[in-house]
Amino acid sequence: MIKQIGALLYKDFTIEWRNRYALNGILLYLAGAVFICYLSFNVKKGIIHPITWNALFWIIILFSAINAISKSFSGEREGRNLYYFMLCRTEAIIFSKIIYNSVLLLMLAVIGFVFYGVVMGNPIQDQVTFFLCLVLSSIAFASSLSFVAAIASKASNNGTLMAILSFPIILPLLLLIIKISKQAIDGIDVYESYDELTILMAINVLVLALSYILFPYIWRN
Amino acid sequence: MACIALLVYTIIAGFLMEVPTLPILNESIRNLYFHVPMWFGMIYLLLISFINSIRYLQKPKPEFDTKAVEYANSGIIFGILGLVTGMLWAKYTWGAYWSGDPKQNASAIGLLIYFAYMVLRGSFNDDQQKARISAVYNIFAFCILIPLLFVLPRLTDSLHPGNGGNPGFNSYDLDNRMRLVFYPANIAWIMLGVWITQLRYRMRFVEQKLKENQSK
Repeated sequence: MIKQIGALLYKDFTIEWRNRYALNGILLYLAGAVFICYLSFNVKKGIIHPITWNALFWIIILFSAINAISKSFSGEREGRNLYYFMLCRTEAIIFSKIIYNSVLLLMLAVIGFVFYGVVMGNPIQDQVTFFLCLVLSSIAFASSLSFVAAIASKASNNGTLMAILSFPIILPLLLLIIKISKQAIDGIDVYESYDELTILMAINVLVLALSYILFPYIWRN
Repeated sequence: MACIALLVYTIIAGFLMEVPTLPILNESIRNLYFHVPMWFGMIYLLLISFINSIRYLQKPKPEFDTKAVEYANSGIIFGILGLVTGMLWAKYTWGAYWSGDPKQNASAIGLLIYFAYMVLRGSFNDDQQKARISAVYNIFAFCILIPLLFVLPRLTDSLHPGNGGNPGFNSYDLDNRMRLVFYPANIAWIMLGVWITQLRYRMRFVEQKLKENQSK
């Protein structure tokens, strides 16, 4: 199975590299969103309140993530899905997608963070925790969004459905993440947010387990 | 019948029996008989919906799917009623309909999840695929709902009775006289929910039969 995941990952990265326009599109989307925020808040450096800074950052990341992931299943052609189905275990497919999307989101989040920090100022006091938060949130978003993308790809009006299905499921994750990163911004000790970190990881494990169990039912036709 | 008797008992006893006077809550404590059972009812109905979805995935019979969606429908109604009764109560005890209490927010998100479930069901053309995919989403939604409603609000202070030092309904505060009404009230509301759902489910069943006969 690990071999299969490896092969699928290799395939995903190659496809992404060949269709660079999609990746560039998402990066441009991210940059555009950050710039819109910058212009509409009319920020002079450091004036924006940390709470607003934090919320705005995560909202931008959330929307880019939904956009990036929504095409992860619908991008493939019908026949090709059948081909994968014959070749590998279904669990390998969802796990390879989750890993691939985590890497993609982490990259997006880091680029977004750097650009956002340059444009809007960087009030964070505890950089390490914030980075940890970026990593965890990428994995969390990727795992639940990949699953939702698989569901949405089977339905007809894909674009709206992806957003509708994922918002309520992502919200609890988002609230936890915003809370942890707020504490990182204020420079509060990491130990203070252990509870939230544990729950975030627990939800991650829950979502992964659910995808493992339920994904074969979506995939089968 | 038992359900109606219990409901009548709940309403009469709920409004007329003596209740302990607690600070802030006063007479609004009677909402315990109406607001809280709504949530118990919602969880119970959604649980049945969840179980039916699992059974559908094990054995794809259309009746499991119909049951799952009807129980989810009644669960949503109970959820909305729970939210409304809670908001009315909150207006008099907390001073505003919506005060951003973690439990209020969590239950609103929970309702959004189930609305999404309904929208998802609407967007399929193929009946079998609709049943299967929405069963998967229903299971997923329920598993997310449980930590959302029972774990996350416990992390922060809530205005709800029983949290953050407010007088609550735990074993010390809940008066024995109130228990006498509270437990029957829960059973009564749950029974009402199940009864409504079964009616709706049977209606759907008859409609399907009629359709089949027409097409013959």
